Amino acid sequence: MASTLAEKIWAEHVVRSAPGEPDLLYIDLHLIHEVTSPQAFDGLRLARRTVRRPDLTIATEDHNVPTQNIDKPIADPVSKLQVDTLRANCLEFGVRLHSLGDKEQGIVHVVGPQLGLTQPGMTIVCGDSHTSTHGAFGALAFGIGTSEVEHVLATQTLPLLRPKTMAINVSGSLKPGVTSKDIILAIIAKIGTAGGQGYVIEYRGSAIRELSMESRMTVCNMSIEAGARAGLIAPDQTTFDYIAGKPHAPKDFDAALMYWKTFFTDEDAEFDVEIDLNADDMEPFVTWGTNPAQGAPLNSLVPNPADLSDDEARGAAERALAYMGLTAGTPLKKIAIDTVFLGSCTNGRIEDLRAAAHILKGKKISSTLRMLVVPGSARVRLEAEAEGLDKVFIDAGAEWRNAGCSMCLGMNPDQLVVGERSASTSNRNFEGRQGKGGRTHLVSPLVAAATALRGTLSSPADL
Amino acid sequence: MEKFISHTGTAVPLRRSNVDTDQIIPAVYLKRVTRSGFEDGLFAAWRSEPDFVLNQPAYKSATILIAGVDFGTGSSREHAVWALQNYGFKVIISSRFADIFRGNSLKGGLLTVILDQSEIEALWRSVEADPSTQIKVDLESGTITYDQITLHFVIDDYTRWRLMEGLDDIGLTIKNSEFIDSFEKTRASFKPTTLPIRS
Ligand code: SF4
Repeated sequence: MASTLAEKIWAEHVVRSAPGEPDLLYIDLHLIHEVTSPQAFDGLRLARRTVRRPDLTIATEDHNVPTQNIDKPIADPVSKLQVDTLRANCLEFGVRLHSLGDKEQGIVHVVGPQLGLTQPGMTIVCGDSHTSTHGAFGALAFGIGTSEVEHVLATQTLPLLRPKTMAINVSGSLKPGVTSKDIILAIIAKIGTAGGQGYVIEYRGSAIRELSMESRMTVCNMSIEAGARAGLIAPDQTTFDYIAGKPHAPKDFDAALMYWKTFFTDEDAEFDVEIDLNADDMEPFVTWGTNPAQGAPLNSLVPNPADLSDDEARGAAERALAYMGLTAGTPLKKIAIDTVFLGSCTNGRIEDLRAAAHILKGKKISSTLRMLVVPGSARVRLEAEAEGLDKVFIDAGAEWRNAGCSMCLGMNPDQLVVGERSASTSNRNFEGRQGKGGRTHLVSPLVAAATALRGTLSSPADL
Repeated sequence: MEKFISHTGTAVPLRRSNVDTDQIIPAVYLKRVTRSGFEDGLFAAWRSEPDFVLNQPAYKSATILIAGVDFGTGSSREHAVWALQNYGFKVIISSRFADIFRGNSLKGGLLTVILDQSEIEALWRSVEADPSTQIKVDLESGTITYDQITLHFVIDDYTRWRLMEGLDDIGLTIKNSEFIDSFEKTRASFKPTTLPIRS
């Protein structure tokens, strides 16, 4: 029978299936971090259980860790306790951990791919909703809660209901200056924050095929912002080339390659839903509101809630504009920014830093704002330094930091203050996400860099 | 896990849609390593506003939260479920929940009930008119009863059974260990392992 990519991966991992019960699915890789794991390890201890497959488990410190003075003890005692707890748990249960200061430490979704642990046809989970990132390799990857983290630690499986499938076809080609971040923001604005709920989204079409591996990760990363737990892109030569040479690339690469090449959606397979978009006329996209679906092309105006016919959407837009301190009808490009944040698991990889540095090279950021550059991992930081990107950022007047989630969620000291407005390459613009009372506009790394130079939301074309 | 069969209590109306997990509990409150004490972070930003509904004395002892559409969007933090439970909620009602939040809540014994938006509106009106309105949520029959009105809700049989028995998923899976053992024997040798460490 013809199957979709998602269905093929699912079928490969069913351990047990019984009528009226969820399928029991085998998990190939379990990623762990300090915030969502302590209670899971506690549960194991209480029940006198062990980690079934430490060799399919890997941990890193990312959400809490400071991005400055990382050679000193963590100043916030509560953050320190959480990180220390992870260290103790990993030691006790034999789980590999990359701690602060280690060259493989970093945001969990940057670390897996850069080690070559993320490969096509796998099932990957993590106590973090942006696990969808790994779907860019043609792996079924999704976020789980702490009870599920404990379940996977104990059994290397999860009972799951089979999701429905959705295809999003993006035809055409992106214009220069437009990125995969703009594609995904446009998709979310089109289908809404619940549009993908209950589905695994497979991104298809020429505009997706033309994307680099890292740009594909940006698209899959934000699948959760459209309500879908997982996003997928079928593996191809771009994928295989990216994995080759990574530390955990298969030793028997040819055997793996043969297997990986079986993971695609059959010609005559049917999706439950299909959505079509064209990339040819896409523009840089930014958000104006407090959920990721409240976005618009950068060249447009802050929308007027009164124009919305749906009561719910109108109320939400009114609230969002009040929180964001914006007036309907203002050109988005007139919005002045206080902080530019370049980083996160959405756009904190080497390509993102290169793209932004290219724009900043030899220039100075506006004196009206600060810019934080936070590499997604220590390895990304080292790579950037080897290429001299750190100098470009520092010379432009930006701050060059150590790896972590940082201002994406403001759990460490990197936070916005009340009323402060950011242009951020991260993935969530929720109220207070980057610090209590902070206001977030989601943007691509190119828009972030151009905004840093001009002081107001801008694209490279405005320079 | 405690068994959930039925619950009767009063409810608080939360007339907001798209209540994301960063609203339910902001990241700075996620630093505990236990499962308790998270009530201090529940709706932290909103609770600092005096007229926020949870701050009104009439709703102080409510155990049921009636929320707008798309409750629990965003992160996978189960702390959102713990914060609601630690605060005293037993049931959350909405016309749509985000997937991960719903999964977390049903795993942890916080019952999430889906009703039509029109039924939610009617419930809001009743509990706003009389905050002492008693609402009975019966999992066995899949019904909500208040003011002589009975509403039906759907929940899959497997989850209902698990909640009513108070069963923990891990225990259920471990009973099927032999399936996991034999599955592992079929896994391809080129699949990646994290150990030994390669660099
Ligand atoms: S960078 Fe942001 S979205 Fe990504 S894992 Fe960290 S906190 Fe989550």
